[in-house]
Amino acid sequence: MKDKIFRFFLFVAALFVLVLSAAIVYALVSRSSEAFQEYGIWGFVSNAEWDPRSATEEYGALSFILGTLYTAFFALLLCVPFSLAVAMFNGVYFKGKKIAGVMRSVVDLLAGIPSIVYGLWGFYTVRPLVIDLGVNAQGFGVFLSSIVLAIMIIPYASSLSSEFLSMVPNNLKEGAYSLGATRLEVVQHISLPTAASGIVASFILALGRALGETMAVTMLIGNTNRIPTGLRDTGNTMASVIANQFGEADGLKLSALIAIGLLLFVITAIINLIAKLVMKKLSHA
Amino acid sequence: MRHFLQCFLLSVLVLSCSNGSFDAGGNNTSTSTSISGAGATFPYPYYNIVFRDYMRQHDNLTVNYGAIGSGGGIRSLRDRSVDFGASDAFLNEKEIASMNGEVIHIATCLGGVVMAYTLGDVDSLRLTGPLIADIYLGKIRKWNDPRLAAENPTVKLPDLDITPVYRSDGSGTTYNFSEYLCVVSPEWKQIMGKGKALKWEAGIAAKGNPGVAGIVQQTEGAIGYIGSEYALTLKLPTAKLKNRAGRYVDATLETISAAANVDLPDDMRATITDSDDPGAYPMSLFTWILVYKDQQYDGRSAQDAAELVDLLHYVISSKGQKVAAQINYAPLPPQALEKNRKLIGEINFGGEAVASGSYSAVADSVETVLND
Repeated sequence: MKDKIFRFFLFVAALFVLVLSAAIVYALVSRSSEAFQEYGIWGFVSNAEWDPRSATEEYGALSFILGTLYTAFFALLLCVPFSLAVAMFNGVYFKGKKIAGVMRSVVDLLAGIPSIVYGLWGFYTVRPLVIDLGVNAQGFGVFLSSIVLAIMIIPYASSLSSEFLSMVPNNLKEGAYSLGATRLEVVQHISLPTAASGIVASFILALGRALGETMAVTMLIGNTNRIPTGLRDTGNTMASVIANQFGEADGLKLSALIAIGLLLFVITAIINLIAKLVMKKLSHA
Repeated sequence: MRHFLQCFLLSVLVLSCSNGSFDAGGNNTSTSTSISGAGATFPYPYYNIVFRDYMRQHDNLTVNYGAIGSGGGIRSLRDRSVDFGASDAFLNEKEIASMNGEVIHIATCLGGVVMAYTLGDVDSLRLTGPLIADIYLGKIRKWNDPRLAAENPTVKLPDLDITPVYRSDGSGTTYNFSEYLCVVSPEWKQIMGKGKALKWEAGIAAKGNPGVAGIVQQTEGAIGYIGSEYALTLKLPTAKLKNRAGRYVDATLETISAAANVDLPDDMRATITDSDDPGAYPMSLFTWILVYKDQQYDGRSAQDAAELVDLLHYVISSKGQKVAAQINYAPLPPQALEKNRKLIGEINFGGEAVASGSYSAVADSVETVLND
């Protein structure tokens, strides 16, 4: 009897999550339809104009999509060497040692720091450094946001990667050692290639995390509604334009913001799907 | 198990609550012990305190104010879901026609938009409207630009990039800033126009007065426009602006109040940006409370009307205006108070006069309010 009740509640809980997800998608689609009807899906996605003045009102998502992709991919690029180093430290060189446990908890701690704290740290500590580097006069922009984003996603990329590295079968490594391979050669030719697709998948998941990051980026990117011309330029991301302008928005503008939310949802879903496919490939290999 | 159920119910509860839109206490209007209002966020800190003071003196009465934005305040009054609306912009002819009843505007206090900056040891900066326009249009990019130097002959301006900072969210502050620049710069009017959100040519953006102030304070060479009530409280360095009379004026409560020392229309629907008064700070503005002139609607009683009128008198009394000045909202000058009083006197209940309450005393001058 108890078992049945328990199963019933599990079923309800699972169903609740499903219904909730479906409701979110439905709300996004229905509330964004005004913008998509006005401009067409492609017209909305490919237009870089964002003009909220009532006389010349026009909304397009391109500058925010590109701003999001620029910051997220540059952050990913910056985080690769550090995440890989942490992953090899924990998953290969100091596997099972106390120091690896300490390292792991410290890196996990990074994931637990609230986004706004990263934003403040970026604003007060990293930005003066960026100004001193001569990137631009006021420090804000794609470069600053990417640096802070990179640090924020290191735990996501490294913890999964080190799992995959530590899962590399011992007999493979022992075989290589018996043939006289050095430790570096084993890592280079056995561990990394074997765990490669898992590592790639964990980086893709980290990228998904970087795409949706809002608070820290809003504080650091400069919030200019134009396509960034380069790393030194300011810009805006999809998540941060929503956070900034949602409060006072109504009518077509509100619909356009929700449409951007839907696009972000779709992009993140695609990224996660790709990561899943890559990991699936690994388990079949 | 039970724990899970509690979590589940709690989350359902939270979801259903956050789903409901703000109702501004609309259901309480029929009881005689509550006055409800909704609208502008700019005067919210002032209303918060002045209504609280009023409630302390009237035990059986509560005043609710929802800071939902000027547009929301006008809509709520039109729907008759609040007793009064509040707005930073007076109703235009179209809005007046849509209200289904004559609405009167009671100005409650004044505010300004100030130019805050951070520029090494420069502690006095003079600006004009056209210069501000050109800085935000990206035409003046350096602090040592000859046109800036011409206005500031005694100041050594550095060879530094100007970082203009603006609001990333829709804001009444942006509206008032751009409205002033439309008046003083034809080019601004043509390229930028006015509105709560604009399409900007230069600079970086941050959310809210705190966001803009934060960037300006932390960035060498930055300049940003900020609500005076916020900037004066923080004591940020702000630029003197050249007013219509050609004087360079600091933004203070006195100079902002002085902007209303002009011939005001009897209905108080007045824009005081770029005021004619020689001592006026040019980027100044009124904020209003809106009420229906005839209070007999939707089953309201004569007592409801009398309570509302008494509250309005309290807000513009010297007590109410002193509270405004204490938290850096500029008090109304006597002429504006007089016009206000006349307008409140016009509030009636189906043609009958409404009791005028206990706060309709003689107007204090701005100096008395500020120096007391």
